[in-house]
Amino acid sequence: MEESAQPARTAAGSRFLVDFLSDPRRWGVLVAVVLSAGAIWAGLSAVPTQGMAGGATSAPREGFLAPDFRLTLLGGGEVALSELRGQVVIVNLWASWCPPCRAEMPALQEAYEAYRDRGLEILAVNTTYQDSQAAAAGFVQEYGLTFPVPLDQTGEVSRSYLLRALPTSFFIDRDGVIQAVVIGGPMSRTTIRTTVERLLGDE
Amino acid sequence: MFPILQIGPLAIQLPGLLLLAGVWVGSAMIEREAPKHRLSGATLGSLVFYGLVAGLLGARLGYALRYWTVYAEDPLGLVSLNPNTLSAAEGVAAALLVGLVLARRHRLPLWSTLDAFTPGLAAFAVFVSLADLSSGSAFGAPTSLPWAIELWGAARHPSQIYAILLAVVVVVAIRRLGRRPAFSGLLFLAWLAMTAAGRLFLEAFRGDSVIALGSLRAAQLISLIVLGGALVGMHVRARAALKD
Repeated sequence: MEESAQPARTAAGSRFLVDFLSDPRRWGVLVAVVLSAGAIWAGLSAVPTQGMAGGATSAPREGFLAPDFRLTLLGGGEVALSELRGQVVIVNLWASWCPPCRAEMPALQEAYEAYRDRGLEILAVNTTYQDSQAAAAGFVQEYGLTFPVPLDQTGEVSRSYLLRALPTSFFIDRDGVIQAVVIGGPMSRTTIRTTVERLLGDE
Repeated sequence: MFPILQIGPLAIQLPGLLLLAGVWVGSAMIEREAPKHRLSGATLGSLVFYGLVAGLLGARLGYALRYWTVYAEDPLGLVSLNPNTLSAAEGVAAALLVGLVLARRHRLPLWSTLDAFTPGLAAFAVFVSLADLSSGSAFGAPTSLPWAIELWGAARHPSQIYAILLAVVVVVAIRRLGRRPAFSGLLFLAWLAMTAAGRLFLEAFRGDSVIALGSLRAAQLISLIVLGGALVGMHVRARAALKD
């Protein structure tokens, strides 16, 4: 007796469901109510301004303003990211002891030579707080790097960019907004070139 | 938020790992669900596998086609592991196309097959939201509510947690509904309706919505259309079931 009760109830339940679903009036009313409520909700949650995500907020993420920094350069001088507005910038965080950083440097140098004239700048920020200035200088010489190498002595920039893996690269458009983040590496030549071409093309 | 899992020298990207786990759990559930719908688990498993492979290939080729001059010079770039150089739309199209071709070749019945996929899809959605939480994607709008989380320079709605909760509710509802479905297609359409309704509701708390038609959120418009389609589909399938 017990065993037959369960299927009978579910059969009745599914019978009721099929009847309800197939009844054009009852189901039609329910659908109309649900869809109207949905449309009203969509209207209520419309966004007044078109600037959705980032806007003026700075965060190390696509769609947000790249966090600004001012650092001394290897070999002297200073650089501030905000002074490079108008150019496409790759901020690449690296250390001399990190094998994938080594592996992607030649591709970055190549991209720099190919796109510099069209407005590409590369800031290869050395994470000096976990590296050494001498090792960084040797590295730059070994690979014949010609782009500026800012030194993050205190780790402040790495923290503001939430650095979790080396290398990490941020592709920043002419308005200073991050358009792509590549965590880990090495980046292939094609990754660098296609991303840069996309940003340079946005003129 | 915690994109990297550091295990000794190995830096594993947690979001990718979660998605992989989701694919694994989802496809295992699909294979287990198949016999309930008189389908072969192995066939559906291969459908998932080839669909995924086609999706990945399509996504990379679609991206490469856009920048074909760069890839022509350096074709090895095609095999890069970087997810940035994948194009989602082409990937989804390729996966669906291959899935459709395979389904036709195996003469799979449309509605039962979709039903068999449903519990796996519902479970996969949980992992997608977990991956979003771990990478900080699909983030919320700024808010001053007490349960706001600090993310990307603002106190925001924990939209990823809302999405996880919703996905878990959907998994439970699908499980209950799937015990004795009244007709084929009901499970899938109910899942589609719940997912669309949930997205329609939760999109309001997102801080990264794509805007369409002036100031409306595109995801809500699409969800509204999908929801309507699913509800009408349930009616059509129920009538077909009555005739049998």
